[in-house]
Amino acid sequence: MPVVLDIVDLTKRFADFVAVDNVCFQAEEGKFFSILGPSGCGKTTLLRMIAGFLEPTSGSLQIRGKDMLGIPPNRRPVNLVFQNLALFPMMNVADNIGFGLKRQRCPKKEIASKTEAMLERVHLSGYGSKDISQLSGGQKQRVAIARALVLEPSILLLDEPLGALDLKLREQMKIELKNLQREVGTTFIYITHDQSEALVMSDTVAVMNAGRFEQIDTPRNLYSRPASSFVAGFVGETNIFAASVEDISPTLRLRAENGVLFKATAMQEMAGAKKGRLFIRPEAIILEPDSGLDNLNRFEVTVRTILFDGSNTKILAMLGDREITVALPQNQQFAHITPGETVSAGVHIDACKCYPGE
Amino acid sequence: MKFKLSSGLFIFLTPVLLWLFLLIVIPQIELLLMSLRGENNLGEPIWTFANYLHFFTEEIYWYTFVRTATYAIIVTVLTFIVTFPVAFYITKVVSKRLSVFLTILLLVPFWVSELVRVYGWMILLRESGVLNHIMLSLGLIDKPVEMLYNDISMIMGLVYTSMLFMVVPLISSLEGMDDSLIEAAHDLGASKWTIFTRIVIPYAAPGITSGSIVVFMLALGNYLTPNLMGGKNSLWFTEQIYNQFIASFNWNQGAAFGFLLLLLSSLIIWVGLKMSKQQLGRVLS
Amino acid sequence: MIRSLPQDRGYSFGFKFYIICYFIFLFAPLLVTCVLAFNDSNFPSLPWKGFSLDWFFANTGERVGIFHDSSNLSSIWVSAQTAFIVSVLSLIVGTMGAFLFEQQDFPGKQGLYFLALTPLVIPGVILGISLLLTANALGLFIEESTGLDIPLLRPSFWLVVFGQFSFISTFVLLVVSARLRKFDHCLEEAALNLGASRFDVICSITIPFLRPALIGGGAVAFLMSFENFNTTLFLVGSDTTLPVNLYLQVRDGSSPVINAVSLLLIVSTSLLAMINLLINRDKKVE
Repeated sequence: MPVVLDIVDLTKRFADFVAVDNVCFQAEEGKFFSILGPSGCGKTTLLRMIAGFLEPTSGSLQIRGKDMLGIPPNRRPVNLVFQNLALFPMMNVADNIGFGLKRQRCPKKEIASKTEAMLERVHLSGYGSKDISQLSGGQKQRVAIARALVLEPSILLLDEPLGALDLKLREQMKIELKNLQREVGTTFIYITHDQSEALVMSDTVAVMNAGRFEQIDTPRNLYSRPASSFVAGFVGETNIFAASVEDISPTLRLRAENGVLFKATAMQEMAGAKKGRLFIRPEAIILEPDSGLDNLNRFEVTVRTILFDGSNTKILAMLGDREITVALPQNQQFAHITPGETVSAGVHIDACKCYPGE
Repeated sequence: MKFKLSSGLFIFLTPVLLWLFLLIVIPQIELLLMSLRGENNLGEPIWTFANYLHFFTEEIYWYTFVRTATYAIIVTVLTFIVTFPVAFYITKVVSKRLSVFLTILLLVPFWVSELVRVYGWMILLRESGVLNHIMLSLGLIDKPVEMLYNDISMIMGLVYTSMLFMVVPLISSLEGMDDSLIEAAHDLGASKWTIFTRIVIPYAAPGITSGSIVVFMLALGNYLTPNLMGGKNSLWFTEQIYNQFIASFNWNQGAAFGFLLLLLSSLIIWVGLKMSKQQLGRVLS
Repeated sequence: MIRSLPQDRGYSFGFKFYIICYFIFLFAPLLVTCVLAFNDSNFPSLPWKGFSLDWFFANTGERVGIFHDSSNLSSIWVSAQTAFIVSVLSLIVGTMGAFLFEQQDFPGKQGLYFLALTPLVIPGVILGISLLLTANALGLFIEESTGLDIPLLRPSFWLVVFGQFSFISTFVLLVVSARLRKFDHCLEEAALNLGASRFDVICSITIPFLRPALIGGGAVAFLMSFENFNTTLFLVGSDTTLPVNLYLQVRDGSSPVINAVSLLLIVSTSLLAMINLLINRDKKVE
């Protein structure tokens, strides 16, 4: 796959604050690439540098092998879907979509046909003459995407475009967006703080924290093999323990803050580390485990609350003096559990992931 | 936009600077300089405080000055008292639909020239006016009464011409007030008086301040209404300025009067802002 | 107390009565002026002597209607020209000022903004005389040093234009600024991102967004200029504007012709106000 966006050592400094710190990455043609990070991590700054609204302090930024530094936003082959969509309220839907084509001095007929084709693509045929204020949230979303896609950019940038939608619509738009990307084959660079959006839609996700990329990987790998303690904590739900290292070889053993002893897997070099952070996913904790299973940390938990949520039901239970979250399997096997009960539990060594640090 | 900042700044800054310096700053400086000029006994131009001394020694100027300031304050207070219930009624009491209609109705007369409005009062109030005719035919009076050309008619005229500038800021600040504040106060057992003095008026304070400043300034600088409705002895300070400029052709004396008026209005506005703890920029915009 | 709370009868009745009185107070002078324009009498007063259009159309020795009254007609024309030029000038400068104070950053911005608001708190009379003094001083200076006599610097049409422009610009600035403050800069960025040039952005995004404010500001500027008296009085030359001309007539006596002019003014300004209101309502874009 050819590389469409190539960023090397990109840095942006505002006075004495480093918003983007030596970021390197490549996005391949036709991929859905997400940048996931908490608010204030520098992802919007990075996006604005790609779009051309900000000039980087140092580093290089190439699109299809062409250096983009110094090129104003209106001459870059990238288009942006804004966080608040930024649809032009003084124009109707068709004029919004045709806006960019008109700037390219495209003949009127061509504008009309391209606009219509684009409207069809986003399932809004016949909406061309409507006013922006007449559209629903999801429809506005689609117009904003259509307006950018109609210019056939090398890269489509999306700045948390689903943020303003309600939960149900957001779920629906996630799928729609993913399908749309596959159909048009344009490279999408998608910025979000919502991990579920990033995991569901992307081919590749970059997790960003404090101006740096922590890990660039597939969604599956991010979840199962987080490269850093930040990624482990940020992506997916997890139980986190501060722990002190008891032993490193032959197996890593940790004493968690609540006094429980865990055998764990080191995800980073633990040699010399006295403290560690232990991450256990709620679904990795097995209730009433078979006595024959090997390599299991076994302990007893006291159920406090059952959070019933259909297929996503969890319990909150006490392990020593710490509350932990345990996901229940979907087969109703543990439907009989009531608060106050004490149950045996276990977690496999491989699922106890440990990183050095406080 | 961060880029091309310098050229944009230059394009916007130039006309604004030209406007403000050529038409506002330099003329005010010229006004001050002119007020400090005079002639000595030989008729030669000199720098002097004589124009200001003249103002302080001549009782009639003094008197007019203080009188104008006092009346302008009275007009401001009266305008507030007259328009506040109207603003409250329109924004809070009457139904929403009627409220839009009444607001428009309220504004229409003020689009009409001040001169026309004053003229309307003149033909209503004067000795041969409409009111006298009606009262005569109803037998309320035996012979026509002159209701124009006195202080009361002048103050009424000033209140009438200034009402718009009070009612608009009042309406817009009361519109921003959530009805539930009043409902909550009522629910907590407050009397109407308490609600007005403790909730509504403090909330509308920014509107009251900006309205008061504009009304005061307009009353102070008004020439038309005192001149036409106040008659011969209205003694409004702008009339003194006009007389110096047009009748006596003593521009230096007129400039001194003008500068004193400017000082007075600035001072009272400053005091008003300090007392209500607000800033000019916020109040006017 | 308010519409959502139960009201006792006395309060509600008293309030209604007050509001009715207020509106009578508000409209009485205008109504009387309009009605008496049609009275078949030589004085604008009662008794009613019958309906007549003389004060609009007559052209006899005794009665000259407004449409044959050359002095008033020409002053209307002068006022219209003045108002047109003043509103164009102040729209341009006021809008530039709004952009300057809302979108640019430079040292001394606060101070300059304060200065731009001062015309609102300087009495109109003072604006008039100070400009008169300055123009006169400048005229004298030029005449003494070059021998040229510049008629522009004496009370004249253009001096009136500058005098009115000096404070009307501030009103336009405030109206346009208020609208510009609601402008979402993402729209400009979106347009740039879609390939528009800086100039394109202004023409296709910013100006259409500002249009209601520009129309409103222009209408306010036109009316303020058309009706200005205090500043104009000191600057006016041989081309008297309508308010000054009417003032001179009212001061020296009265004739129903003034009522006729007033009626025309009331009707046309109300129409203009209504149109402005309707346009603003139609074009209300969030």
